Amino acid sequence: MNATLLITQRELGTYLRSMTGYVIAAILLLVDGLLFNIFAIGGDDKLSATVLAQFFFYTSGLTMIASVFISMRLVAEERQTGTLVLLTSSPVKDGQIVVGKFLSGFLFLAGVLVLTIFMPLLIRVNGKISLGHLAAGYLGLLLLGAAAMAIGTLGSALARTQVLAAIFSGCMVTAMVLCWMLVRVTERPFNDVFASLAIHGKHFIPFQQGTIHLRDVVYYLMVVIVSLFTAVRVMEARRWR
Amino acid sequence: MPPIIEVKGLTKYYGEHTAVQDLTFSIDKGEVIGFLGANGAGKSTTLKILGCVLLPTTGDVVVDGIDIARDPHAVRRRIGFLPDQPPLYPEMTVGRFLTFAARLRGVPSGDAAARVAEAEEKTATRAVHDEPIASLSHGYRQRVGVAQALVHRPKLLILDEPTSGLDPRQIVEMRETIRALRGEHTVLLSSHILSEISQTCDRLLIIDQGQIVDQGSEEDIARRLRNGAAVSIDVDVAGAPESALTVLSALPGVVRATVAKQTGGVTSLRVDTSADIRAQIARALVMGGIDLMRIDRGTGRLEAIFLQLTEHKDLPQ
Repeated sequence: MNATLLITQRELGTYLRSMTGYVIAAILLLVDGLLFNIFAIGGDDKLSATVLAQFFFYTSGLTMIASVFISMRLVAEERQTGTLVLLTSSPVKDGQIVVGKFLSGFLFLAGVLVLTIFMPLLIRVNGKISLGHLAAGYLGLLLLGAAAMAIGTLGSALARTQVLAAIFSGCMVTAMVLCWMLVRVTERPFNDVFASLAIHGKHFIPFQQGTIHLRDVVYYLMVVIVSLFTAVRVMEARRWR
Repeated sequence: MPPIIEVKGLTKYYGEHTAVQDLTFSIDKGEVIGFLGANGAGKSTTLKILGCVLLPTTGDVVVDGIDIARDPHAVRRRIGFLPDQPPLYPEMTVGRFLTFAARLRGVPSGDAAARVAEAEEKTATRAVHDEPIASLSHGYRQRVGVAQALVHRPKLLILDEPTSGLDPRQIVEMRETIRALRGEHTVLLSSHILSEISQTCDRLLIIDQGQIVDQGSEEDIARRLRNGAAVSIDVDVAGAPESALTVLSALPGVVRATVAKQTGGVTSLRVDTSADIRAQIARALVMGGIDLMRIDRGTGRLEAIFLQLTEHKDLPQ
């Protein structure tokens, strides 16, 4: 097993052995369930596809928030407690440390997202949903979660403490969400730029409605790559500090 | 035989602050080296650079023939590093943690269990193999910190303040652990506790304000400083040490003689000398009619060396 997977395995074990992971998972599932009951199922009669799209919309917001909280500890906690030296003094590249930690957070988030599947299944009990829509929506959630988790990993690499990491990551993710709102109040070509940068909106709505565009997949993967690449550079720069 | 560590002109800045400046020294294989300096002298920074955790601003650092700036990855395979705060994951058991550390340092999975057992044997942590690190005493945590540093059988062990925060019994145990590593590993040990360095190391590197102010064995440094030795004496002078002090002050080579302690009729004297003149001191006291109860090499020699080399600093613990 290479160093990346070793780090992933250890980090994942930490989520599963500590209360933090369960608390984040429980809050996400509770709030998602409430939003699903009140807004997606509640109100006027709707098509099953509309209910499912609304479920993905609410879950996407919670996915971004959960990613920030899951990722805040990845590097910052180790720096705070002094255990990062174990990794940085071992024959492990900074890239392996960053990717290993990102993967652990992402896999944990994916596990929590899998637990939300009971809500689409509830729609299926009384209505009809397409498996394609379901798959596209979950792919969107996973890609959005990966992007937010990578931004969170960068925030955690930048910060000295977990609280600062959450603030940095929260600010970055919020700024990228706000880009979609700026689209409505700006003219071309700026609105095109903001739409392309927005982490939600243009890139997530197609997934939410059951459509997969290659450009959206590439966008989310690019956010992951750029964020993790920057996080690696931050780690390397700290050795020169 | 080429040295295992060769440092030339090592300098490290933290912003405007100079942490270490123009350090030059080398360490031969199998040595146990004491890196001595007051708090803030630059010890930890130097050790972090040698441990490839930090990179130097300027200068060359070669470990086992490999330049750390060119191939830090290869250097990290050859070193085991214990920072001033042991890097331990409290939620893991000792066994799992050491296995993780071994695998991280490239030990094949098939060999990991044997290496962990070997490291636990050397550091006397076998008894806590299945204990969560969070439940261990400070002494055991420090030992597990040493175990993670040597679990992959590194050529060079870098231990930053390994006895920090330990009680006297734990210090003795840690000292024995480090002594047992002599020969198999080259050990670079930092401390600001003089007695620990004196009793554990073959050679000293004394650092002050980011610069090496002297290096060599305790004897060599003392000789160079003409600060020969301190001699500790117990004399029975019925509570009136003046006669003994007079005899001692008249002896050539005695720099200073002072009363250290008086218990009943026995007076303990501390005599700073420019050379080891214990025989002359004993003869002079007996000839002067003073009952000599004990004469010993003083324990304060290293303190004297340290004070002389770092005059502007307070004496460390």
